[in-house]
Amino acid sequence: MNEFYEFLTGPGIWAAFIIFIVGLSVRVTYLYGISKERDRVFYNHVNMKWAIRSIIHWLIPLGSVSLRAQPVFAIAFFLFHVCLLGVPIFLLAHNTLWQAAFGVSLPSLPDSIADVLTVVFLLSALVLLARRIVRAEVRFLSTAWDYALLILTSAPFVTGFLAYHQIGPYKLTLTLHVLFAEILLIIIPFSKLGHIVLFFFSRTSLGFEMGRRGARTW
Amino acid sequence: MSDALQKPINTKVIKELLDINDSARIRTWLSICASCGLCAESCFFYLAKNKDPKLSPAYKVRTTLKELYRRKGEVDREFLEKCYNIIWGECTTCRRCSLFCPFGIDISIMIATMRGICNSQGIVPEGLLKTSENYRTTGNQMGMSTEDFVETCSWMAEETSEEMRGLEIPIDKQGARIMYTVNAREPMYYPQDIAMAAKIFTVAEEDWTMPSTGWDDTNLAMFAGDKALGGQIVKNMYTKALELGVQAIAITECGHAYRSALFEGPYMLGYRNGKPPIPIVHSVRLFYEYLRDGRIKIDPDKMLKEPVTYQDPCNVSRNGGLWEEGRAIMKYIARDFRDMTPSGIYNHCCGGGGGFIPMGPEFKKRRLESGRIKAEQIKATGAKIVITPCHNCFDQIRDLDKEYNLGIKVVQFKEVITEAMIIPEKFRPVETADEGAQD
Repeated sequence: MNEFYEFLTGPGIWAAFIIFIVGLSVRVTYLYGISKERDRVFYNHVNMKWAIRSIIHWLIPLGSVSLRAQPVFAIAFFLFHVCLLGVPIFLLAHNTLWQAAFGVSLPSLPDSIADVLTVVFLLSALVLLARRIVRAEVRFLSTAWDYALLILTSAPFVTGFLAYHQIGPYKLTLTLHVLFAEILLIIIPFSKLGHIVLFFFSRTSLGFEMGRRGARTW
Repeated sequence: MSDALQKPINTKVIKELLDINDSARIRTWLSICASCGLCAESCFFYLAKNKDPKLSPAYKVRTTLKELYRRKGEVDREFLEKCYNIIWGECTTCRRCSLFCPFGIDISIMIATMRGICNSQGIVPEGLLKTSENYRTTGNQMGMSTEDFVETCSWMAEETSEEMRGLEIPIDKQGARIMYTVNAREPMYYPQDIAMAAKIFTVAEEDWTMPSTGWDDTNLAMFAGDKALGGQIVKNMYTKALELGVQAIAITECGHAYRSALFEGPYMLGYRNGKPPIPIVHSVRLFYEYLRDGRIKIDPDKMLKEPVTYQDPCNVSRNGGLWEEGRAIMKYIARDFRDMTPSGIYNHCCGGGGGFIPMGPEFKKRRLESGRIKAEQIKATGAKIVITPCHNCFDQIRDLDKEYNLGIKVVQFKEVITEAMIIPEKFRPVETADEGAQD
């Protein structure tokens, strides 16, 4: 277990972050390359106002008609993403590691707040999972990947929470926490989770497409 | 579809088309769809069929284009025929779903791409194939000859000039301000539509002309996925307009004609900058400007008194940005205007537009079923009159009126405006002018 943990927090974490960053960069660059010839629409009707409006209305909790029509989902969806990004990035435990490794770190949340947000995240993930099972049109579309990725995304939070509160065998929960996080990072560039970056491009694309027609961009 | 073509599928052509269309956008859309299902509730096909999950836009794309890419084009005729029923029978490319998708995925573009591929294999609705033949031989979907067209225009001019002094329908007038193009149905079946347009242009003192060629602004080839022919049709219009040296091409009250001329045409023709060579203006915008600027004045006593509602043609409102102009016109012509719910950019497709109706009897049952959503919207407003600046919406709503007993009348703006507008003395026929002078 110890050697495995050493591996995961040594070469493992380097590999995971490098694959994450390089993978996403390559994906975006490749798409940029083919877009110059095959997506002229994207370049012919550029207007940053359209793009920004298109993006902002889908970043705020109930910004679009479609989210307003399903408010419980919309709020769970919003909280899920805010905590997904906010907790790992501003967690004291993580920043301590950054500080120790590179001498830099970001400001940290008090642990009690991070704790609450973790629970909020897990509850919203449960709402999303339940929705996927209960609503016919979502269930029909859902593939094994959709369920797997949702569970994989939640796994670091579950194991992190357990480790922090020292519930269960500590070494195991901590090792699993790092393992799941690394698997997640590696999968992001190769799956629909690439939407971390691609969301901004596809919304911009629709913004330009609708904007050029004098229509609303969100 | 055409039974005549039982040729084996040409996978080489399919692969080529898949490759050309393998764009950043399509790749991105196909890979990031998160199966969230928000698109389902947006689609009137889904809603009308008691929320059948097979009718969610995401599912329609997955079972057609995504599957085709996954199989790298190695498919059989049976697969394409299954796609045929989805991409033409379950979608009008109205684009409402794109407004509901968190990623802004443009499902209609992917459906159109799939149509292009099926079209390349001769798998196209029969009704559209017929019109393609007509477009190729005569430049218009009705197969009308130039002589017949010009004759119809002069006949209308002759008849109508008895009601309105000085009315003319100029053909090929060099240097006019606008070149007015029509839906080929108009000269063929509803020539009075051309007469009404002429009356409006006369009273508004517009400097206009109709062209002897390139006068059909419809583009069913676009709906059929025939990019080359669709481009050619638009090119006829552009070429004539440039030849006549006009300042803009005006589009009759038709939805997809506007979309074709202004937005899709340049891309079908491969214009790098994606813009038409000459400005395009829709009738709704023109009429709005005439009313706003007082070039046309409405007699208050002749305003519509019965409750009126507005059918937003998808290609004029959501995909054309003119939903506010349509409502602004309403203020001048209707006393009791009642908007549908939802309305404007979020209004539902009527189910018949873009080219769905011309696809023929094969699809009639489907569009009457899916049109239930529109019928319910209309019923809920309590309106007795539905105004819609689109020929396909017009036909569909008339059919829905019969199917669902809505008890409504459908009209286009031209009809209401010509009946309610004040005709300045100089345009009134000689006898009335004399009587008028004594008032």
